[in-house]
Amino acid sequence: MKPVKYLLAVAVALSASVAHAHGYWLLPSSTVLSAPQFVTFDAAVSNDPFHFNHRPLPVDELQIVAPDESLQKPVNVSKGELRTTFDAYFEKNGTYRLSVYREGVRAFWKEGDQPKRFMGKAEDLKQRVPAGAKDLKVAEIANRLETYVTVGSPTPVKTTGRGLEAVASTHPNDLVAGEPLTLQFLVDGKPTAGVEVEVIKGQTRYRNQKGEQKLKSDADGKVTIHLPEAGLYWLDADYTDNKVQTKEAKERSLAYVLTLEVLPQ
Amino acid sequence: MRHALIPALIAAMFASSGYAAGLDVKVTIPRINAAEYHRPYLAVWVETPNQDIATTLSVWYAKDKAENKGTKWLKDLRQWWRKGGRDLDLPLDGVSGATKPVGEHTLSYTEGKPPLGTLAPGEYNLVVEAAREKGDRELVRIPFKWPVQQAASLKASGESELGAISLELKP
Repeated sequence: MKPVKYLLAVAVALSASVAHAHGYWLLPSSTVLSAPQFVTFDAAVSNDPFHFNHRPLPVDELQIVAPDESLQKPVNVSKGELRTTFDAYFEKNGTYRLSVYREGVRAFWKEGDQPKRFMGKAEDLKQRVPAGAKDLKVAEIANRLETYVTVGSPTPVKTTGRGLEAVASTHPNDLVAGEPLTLQFLVDGKPTAGVEVEVIKGQTRYRNQKGEQKLKSDADGKVTIHLPEAGLYWLDADYTDNKVQTKEAKERSLAYVLTLEVLPQ
Repeated sequence: MRHALIPALIAAMFASSGYAAGLDVKVTIPRINAAEYHRPYLAVWVETPNQDIATTLSVWYAKDKAENKGTKWLKDLRQWWRKGGRDLDLPLDGVSGATKPVGEHTLSYTEGKPPLGTLAPGEYNLVVEAAREKGDRELVRIPFKWPVQQAASLKASGESELGAISLELKP
């Protein structure tokens, strides 16, 4: 019984589809501001978007990019049992991007009957995985987690050309209930078909049907998301390719997670 | 030459003495029984058929408060903010002012003068949006045609944050 379970778990973790072990997210206290002010954020890992009920999400690699491209530091960072919190002061007019981007590797192997795994930086792989490890499977990962905050008028959001990203038809801080949103997914800056996208409105604890939207990007890399009600939406996009740089890796698994706030008309 | 100028001068005199085309808007701020009442923020604007702002006519916000305290809540006039309020640099002469008490308030706008300025002929909505601290938000629209052919009085009413609204069209 046990080995089957382990195999299943490994298979799920390896399949770089939407089937993550857990989701993760950033939750801003506000996204649309009419005057400079502090905004506070929660960062957590959980199955239910915006309910902190599992683990805190480390934010060591968080970048807060101001409208003029300067970088800003979060303040009052505090790691709790269920969530990490931090504050940031938004002073300049325009759109700030908050993002956590991680590149690395994920390795699974066996020592005897014991399944082992390592997740971390590619350069640590040799040190952590024994030479000639049995059933070794290595994948590169590139995960991006984002949300946006705007003071005054929104300014264009720039992409970085690395990993999985999305370009929105409507500015992400300009969303209102009832107006659909088209996102174009880019892998290393290029529009990409076949990206699997899942969108869930928050507050799932208070309803029986999650009502998730599952979509796949078309030939132009585009998906159209329906935002029928105001609220916070969690978007998780996943893609797998074989553009790897680590010689042990056979595939690369890319993820893009975005928190969107939709306001009433 | 001199004679030709006279009619123009006469027209100019009338234009500045209340005979010019324009809009008079009466806005009623209703009495609301609340343990803690704050005057609402309010925006009045002219909207094109595709819901863009043709021009913002008035904005009432708590501008006497310390800097930031007043503008912090302007975003709660959600539709006005999103459609163009956020592109304005407040305070704005002849447009922005402090919040007003319960009762009827008359606002007059004259063609050719800010903030009404010159509107292209067409169909428009007058939009009044109100948002109150610890209260609700409401938006009322009155459709009208421009230029005005005949004096008319158009009426609408809000249900919570706005009372009777009237739009007097002056040809």
